[in-house]
Amino acid sequence: MSKKSIQHTPTFEETANAYLTNSQLRRNLGHATHTIRNKRTKIVGEMPDWEHLREAGNKLKKRVMRHLGSYLLQLEESVEKAGGTVHWARDAEEANRIIVDLVKQQEAEEVVKVKSITTDEIKLNEALKKEGIQALETDLAELIVQLAEDEPSHILVPAIHKNRAEIRDLFQEKLNNKELSDRPEDLAEAARLYLRKKFLSARVGISGANFGVAETGTVAVVESEGNGRMCTTLPETLITVMGIEKIIPTWQDFEVFMQLLPRSSTAERMNPYNSFWTGVTPGDGPQEFHLVLLDNGRTNVLADEVGRQTLNCIRCSACLNVCPVYERTGGHAYHSVYPGPIGAILTPQLKGLEDDGAASLPYASSLCGACYEVCPVKIDIPKVLVHLRGKIVDEKKRNGSIKQRLNPEHVGMKWMARVFQNSKKYERAQKIARSGQWLFVKDGTISKLPGQLSGWSAMRDLKPIPDQTFRGWWRTRNE
Amino acid sequence: MSEAKNQILNRIKTALDEIPEEERPEDISVSRTYHQKGKLSEEKRVNLFVERAGEYQATVKRVKKKGIKGAISEACKRQKITKVAIPTGFNKSWLPDFLQPQFDSVDTRLSHNKLDQMDGVISTCALAVAQTGTIILDAGAGQGRRVLSLLPDYHLCIIREDQIVELVPEGFAQIEEEVKKEGRPITFISGPSATSDIELSRVEGVHGPRRLDILVVG
Repeated sequence: MSKKSIQHTPTFEETANAYLTNSQLRRNLGHATHTIRNKRTKIVGEMPDWEHLREAGNKLKKRVMRHLGSYLLQLEESVEKAGGTVHWARDAEEANRIIVDLVKQQEAEEVVKVKSITTDEIKLNEALKKEGIQALETDLAELIVQLAEDEPSHILVPAIHKNRAEIRDLFQEKLNNKELSDRPEDLAEAARLYLRKKFLSARVGISGANFGVAETGTVAVVESEGNGRMCTTLPETLITVMGIEKIIPTWQDFEVFMQLLPRSSTAERMNPYNSFWTGVTPGDGPQEFHLVLLDNGRTNVLADEVGRQTLNCIRCSACLNVCPVYERTGGHAYHSVYPGPIGAILTPQLKGLEDDGAASLPYASSLCGACYEVCPVKIDIPKVLVHLRGKIVDEKKRNGSIKQRLNPEHVGMKWMARVFQNSKKYERAQKIARSGQWLFVKDGTISKLPGQLSGWSAMRDLKPIPDQTFRGWWRTRNE
Repeated sequence: MSEAKNQILNRIKTALDEIPEEERPEDISVSRTYHQKGKLSEEKRVNLFVERAGEYQATVKRVKKKGIKGAISEACKRQKITKVAIPTGFNKSWLPDFLQPQFDSVDTRLSHNKLDQMDGVISTCALAVAQTGTIILDAGAGQGRRVLSLLPDYHLCIIREDQIVELVPEGFAQIEEEVKKEGRPITFISGPSATSDIELSRVEGVHGPRRLDILVVG
């Protein structure tokens, strides 16, 4: 196993600005997030027992996380009893190697894929390509992203940043269909025709998993288009990659999650297709089934008692759709396959806080709490955000480079801490500030500070330090 | 035990070291205070299913038992369907004469390419959920292999009124035994294939059947 090397991604602040100025992107995103947000409110509103379902979902996930080891062993046993094979992968590299080997055993040069963020996370398509295997994305949005050689920007709708005209132009070029209109129906039809041939000839299908049931070994894929059914039914071999946190204890628990997920995600009472398969069924569907259980940083998340709840996530994307930050910057600013509020807490925990980009994400929030309100499994995202901010400061103090330690904010805070520790120092600092501040006071307020401090005053006005402070008045008062 | 498995389990153990060893999963109590049993009368339940399935752009029609053949005939004519795939165990006496049925069975499985050439498929289902307008297939008699209701572009599904349950939890409860005992594959179908991937506007029909008709038999 190779040692984990730190790959620094750009920080959120560095990239968000560019996306903020892209007005087309903001229009696409604003339209899409508001549409789905309103639909969700309506469809959740018709459930009088919604809060009870959320609470049950939260507790079930809590149960899973606290006993993850035994549930994984139970799942393995159930899947193997049902005719499947279980593989364990510590990291992305190991998962990819397992999958590449399995595909090679089938002598397949092309595989069809159901939309799976987990396989995006491990960069499976690139790993397959290196071995001469083409991975074909079959979800419409993933296909759009793949053809555009772009990155997904939303958990549920990876091509949310593109509008219909942009998609038409892409399909005209890449699917060689010059007459195509920009009606969504025609665009979907073009994808149907293109992919149908591929489905019929595919020998290996690759999917993610929405849920894996420890008790029965059943794996569930939730989808709309039918591409998921195609990939999990037609090929002779099916490989499913599942994060170890996607377990639910029993079949009965579907009654909770299969109500929470569709309403939170696509804002439907039920999404068009749900497939539940248990190992291999003789004569029906794939006759070979492999389940790859993936860690890839999840056990790090598990180790943090506050952060652990991040693993409750069922990838519905409701938190993205209500987030005022996501709505304006879009998903790409997060530099992760997990954008939005959930990404802001999941990515830094998966990648580690040593990565500057990942460590910038917990700050990509106004802490308004809308994400927690809509979360179907009650992940307290604001709490985890604040917790991670604390950890980041500690991390910088401990392991920060000289540059980080000389960062003006850090130096300033340190200086402040020293001044606040001692009343004499505090009063002396007040005195100095009082005699120097006249340079910046205008009409009774300070609205512009020089140099490094200007960033602070750019958004805020300050009251000047008064001639007589409370402490001064207290000492001279007549008793 | 593989090295990877061993290490992952060890990592989990270390990560959870604050949890008391005597704690059992059931110690985290889950209160199932959400609605588990429906309260509607049969008539209202059937009406709810018809309404909700209809909202997905599926055509839902209520018929009497003796009218099944006529309703199948009418639906297939309207949809211009003649070549139909028929799962094993489907009641053949319901099929009108003008159809050209292709029967799928354990001995003669219709190939994927052949199914792709079919105009449609006619099947029954295991049960349906009124609350969400969902039909549930469990690969039982009259439904057959999963692929049958997937490749043809048109699906006509026949369901008895007494197969309709009200709530999602009732639906999962009813198929639990089949999954546990026989490992049967389960498919939930709520309306025809759809996508919302382009500007989040729902479009009916991508890869699965683009047209879905449901006959509710009373």
